Amino acid sequence: MDWLTILTTTVHAAIGWETVVYGLAAIGVNIHFGYTGLLNFGQAAFMAVAGYGLAVSVTVMNLPFWIGILVGLAAAAVLALLLGIPTLQLRADYLAIVTIAAAEIVRLVFRSVYFKDIFGGSDGRRGFNTDFYAMNPYPPGRYGIGPFGFGERTMWLLTVGWIVVLLCCLVVYLLMKSPWGRVLKAIREDEDAVRALGKNVFAYKMQSLMLGGIIGCFGGFFYGLYNGSVQPDVFGTEMTFFAYTIVILGGAARVFGPVVGAMIFWVLFVFIGNTLAELVANGYIPFMSTIQVGPIRYALVGLGFILLLVVRPQGIFGDKREIAIDAR
Amino acid sequence: MRDDTMTAGPKATAQAAFKDLAREPGVPKPDPILVVDNVVRRFGGLTAVEVSHVEIQRGSITALIGPNGAGKTTFFNQLTGFDTADSGTWTFNGRPMNGLPAHKVVRAGMVRTFQLTKALSRLTVLENMRLGAQKQKGESFWRALVPSFWREQEDEITERAEELLARFKLDAKRDDFAGSLSGGQRKLLEMARALMVRPELVMLDEPMAGVNPALTQSLLGHVKDLREQGMTVLFVEHDMDMVRDISDWVIVMAQGAVIAEGPPSTIMSDQRVIDAYLGAHHDAPLSDSELAAQLHEAEAALEAEIHDPGATRSASTAPGAETTEETQK
Repeated sequence: MDWLTILTTTVHAAIGWETVVYGLAAIGVNIHFGYTGLLNFGQAAFMAVAGYGLAVSVTVMNLPFWIGILVGLAAAAVLALLLGIPTLQLRADYLAIVTIAAAEIVRLVFRSVYFKDIFGGSDGRRGFNTDFYAMNPYPPGRYGIGPFGFGERTMWLLTVGWIVVLLCCLVVYLLMKSPWGRVLKAIREDEDAVRALGKNVFAYKMQSLMLGGIIGCFGGFFYGLYNGSVQPDVFGTEMTFFAYTIVILGGAARVFGPVVGAMIFWVLFVFIGNTLAELVANGYIPFMSTIQVGPIRYALVGLGFILLLVVRPQGIFGDKREIAIDAR
Repeated sequence: MRDDTMTAGPKATAQAAFKDLAREPGVPKPDPILVVDNVVRRFGGLTAVEVSHVEIQRGSITALIGPNGAGKTTFFNQLTGFDTADSGTWTFNGRPMNGLPAHKVVRAGMVRTFQLTKALSRLTVLENMRLGAQKQKGESFWRALVPSFWREQEDEITERAEELLARFKLDAKRDDFAGSLSGGQRKLLEMARALMVRPELVMLDEPMAGVNPALTQSLLGHVKDLREQGMTVLFVEHDMDMVRDISDWVIVMAQGAVIAEGPPSTIMSDQRVIDAYLGAHHDAPLSDSELAAQLHEAEAALEAEIHDPGATRSASTAPGAETTEETQK
């Protein structure tokens, strides 16, 4: 049993690129679902248009890196508008249906043979992160303490990634303790009551959808930058539901909920996966083969989340009183 | 108008304004704040609201009553922008309001509450109150990010909210979640929150529904108080005792239309109102032939009773009663 590898991979997972990517996606979902009560099941689409916006601008159109970032941001904002205008005036469940469908449309368009020259079909696009790593101030080498550490490229990505995560948390914190955030939370509770107090509910919901989408789109950027590529099937519904799981784990409508939720999510994921793999490889679980580890890992992670939510239905940072009010 | 209010007392002024008015639906008022013309709302084949003309007197408490399904709440929804009328116009302070979305109606000074109380459960009582304030600069996205833009205004709003909470005896609950309040307290909170808007016209949709009798008195006091402060109140209510107690004028709706208006003391003896509530012809005399038949039956029953006391009584009277009912239908 290689306990050291299990330990290091687990610690790396807590602050690794997946945590950054999914943490950002979850911060966006937290604004939508946790604060405003919007059931956006298309968060993956915001990440996809951002990742592809950057990738296509740089590789196909030969535009500079920063223009690519702007294109990605603009694409997320436009997507929010397109989704929001027809659906935000309707009841909440319509948004859920439309967003999940829109996310699949976006993925299938990126995947389609017709647009292969632009989006690269199911292979996606690669080779757009050179400019990002050219900005890396870390000299080549390994950075860390003892067995824990990252190479200079990962270190650079994580530095930028965590700065963005913390900035997003700061923005959410400032907004949610402001009167603007109060209107959002009130819309979550009862939008007719908010309308009856003279607030333009539609405008607030649109702002919320845009803000959450744009924060989520940073997740899309970091996914592309770390992997050096974007493929359509990465941005499937699974990504959205991971983000939802993270929000609920961390505690909805809490500033650091999504970040801590993402850490727990990936720690559990990596720890259970690697421990199982080691146990099987060393013959401690004779009835399982190494191929079975993958699916069993998902099952066990799911079980872990169920147990966590049984013990703390309000999530890590949630307030039990709020859950009690919900039950009325 | 306002000067009169100050000298003679709002209640006296309001009642003086109604003194010589005709008891007709749509009667013009001396100083209307809200004038409604030809508002129609249909749901498929059902005409829920068809109000040809109605005016609401400024500074008064007007009750809107009517049997279930009369269209009172639908009418409220049209006026406040929560539902779109199929046709019609209405002006508030002379300003046309039809087609305006709900939030703009509120900004114009016309605020409503709901039949099913809408407390914002997972916000504290104080946050509920603060939400009612208008023109808070921190409610715009970019300014929200910089607290110095809105901090001062927020303090003023909080101060006003606390005054209102104290008036409504909710100050002890200020930091509790609104969802933890009792039904009656939620009604109070909703009314207090509506006052944060600084409205001119307060529209209360069944403010007493589901409130225990002890709290009813307190709510009644608050409604009267609104008039004292120069606001106009229009409310929907079922409880006639309450209507009689606090309203200056009563408008009666039935089947979507305004069928009668009048002061609360006499409105319930108005024939049109009795018909609307109890059904027309509920006590109308039968036709002559029916009357003769009924008389004949009753005589026969009496006769039978005289000849054979006890045994035939129930048998002979029961069918007679049945036929009477049938003819009535």
